[in-house]
Amino acid sequence: MTPLIDIRDLDVRFTAGASQVHAVRGLSLTVAEGESFGLVGESGSGKSTVLRAICGLAPTWDGTILIGGRALPPRRGPEFFRQVQMVFQDPYASLHPRHTVDRVLSEPLAIHGFSDRETRVERALEEVGLGRGFRFRYPHQLSGGQRQRVAIARALILEPRVLLLDEPTSALDASIQAEVLNLLDRLRTERGLTYIMVSHDLAVVAHMCDRLLVMQHGQGVEELTRAALRARAATSPYTQALLEASRGYTAA
Amino acid sequence: MALLTVDDLRVTFPTRQGPSEVVRGVSFTLGRERLGIVGESGSGKSQTGRAILGLTPPPGRATARQLVFDGIDLNRASPRDWRGLRGGRMSMVMQDPKYSLNPVMTVGRQIMEALKFHGRLSGADKRRRALDMLDAVQIRDPERVFAAYPHELSGGMGQRAMIAMMLVAEPDLLIADEPTSALDVTVQVEVLRILDRLVTDRGMGLIFISHDLRLVSSFCDRVLVMYAGRMVEELRAADLHLARHPYTRGLLNCLPDLDHDRHPLPTLERQADWAR
Repeated sequence: MTPLIDIRDLDVRFTAGASQVHAVRGLSLTVAEGESFGLVGESGSGKSTVLRAICGLAPTWDGTILIGGRALPPRRGPEFFRQVQMVFQDPYASLHPRHTVDRVLSEPLAIHGFSDRETRVERALEEVGLGRGFRFRYPHQLSGGQRQRVAIARALILEPRVLLLDEPTSALDASIQAEVLNLLDRLRTERGLTYIMVSHDLAVVAHMCDRLLVMQHGQGVEELTRAALRARAATSPYTQALLEASRGYTAA
Repeated sequence: MALLTVDDLRVTFPTRQGPSEVVRGVSFTLGRERLGIVGESGSGKSQTGRAILGLTPPPGRATARQLVFDGIDLNRASPRDWRGLRGGRMSMVMQDPKYSLNPVMTVGRQIMEALKFHGRLSGADKRRRALDMLDAVQIRDPERVFAAYPHELSGGMGQRAMIAMMLVAEPDLLIADEPTSALDVTVQVEVLRILDRLVTDRGMGLIFISHDLRLVSSFCDRVLVMYAGRMVEELRAADLHLARHPYTRGLLNCLPDLDHDRHPLPTLERQADWAR
């Protein structure tokens, strides 16, 4: 069976004047339909850049990205965004401060020429547990958790098959994180969605993802299943260090 | 004798709807130990830390029945007294080095500036003390960092430079407000190790403010849990699993756990009377 997402030898470089940053170096991964895949690493490891390259937000990349067996064109068309959507880390920065929730959710529908916008917006709000009362609010009238729910509703309103989640809960309090993770879990089961989730938190990734790839300096260090992670069966020293650090502070 | 005594600390901010009390009657004593203050955003944990240093931003006001630091009644301290204490005997490490270091001053000058107000030292002595301190916070190349501007340092290095600056005057009390939240986990452990050594070796008192209950319980001796401006529970860190208050229990319970599969995660049902 062909995987839904197939990335081969991905290279991403950023150039600023004479200096060049090689953010992703020859990364390959595959994700099957309906699977939830985690990318784990510390800041600067290139994990978010992988997501940005998939959805066309990284300016220059090399390699092959196949979605459903078809190579992505250099410029993503509307067809692509019907299939793949992204949820960003910071719900305070990713929603337009002067657009109401209604406008945020209607815009993608207008762009893609949907006619029954009214019902779709209401249904999307119900699905993320907000209800119609939130439809005409501005982002500043919402809490962090509610904003992230709006961001998820916005991503889901075109009924994509793939969600790219870039640290979707790291800006949220622990109790709100639990609610958002439960919501993402439920939506994946109900709709058979495929996730690629970026996180620095091993516990969150172990909770959400069937398989994960540990990244360091733009390269994949080690691929693990959830069971292997739980069994502490990591072979690379870097993954072992991450596992050790995730246990909290231990006196040396 | 306790290093710090806080009794009935209250912090109030005026709003259009009338005064809003964000810290409501916090009391504790601190010895030469590691005390954690844990809570979610808006629980008043940072305002508690700031009020102890007299840094409540105006128009906010902090009051306490008793606020005593090493025998000094801080309720009666003049701005001049405060300045004499802050940076010298008590200091604070903030969350994000990007915003708390002076961007147009080298790290070395900023550290030496901390020494300027506390004791008379020659320039060469100050320089040596600053370099020693950078070395003590595990910076491998102190000379380079000494001459560097904050933007030339990574997050972990910047945070260590800030800790060096706060510690160079050898304070008796350090308030660390989310000192490791902006850092990667592997760097976080190193920074905690530095703080740990200062408490054990120099007998410093440390207040460690954080949202991360698990981290705090693995690092501190005692933990205060705050909710909506109040202290809902005080515990020995080792006894965290014996927490009684439903908020503390709920907070512990809703964290995903590497070893157990729990779908869906238990969520926190907030009760109105917790905030009362």
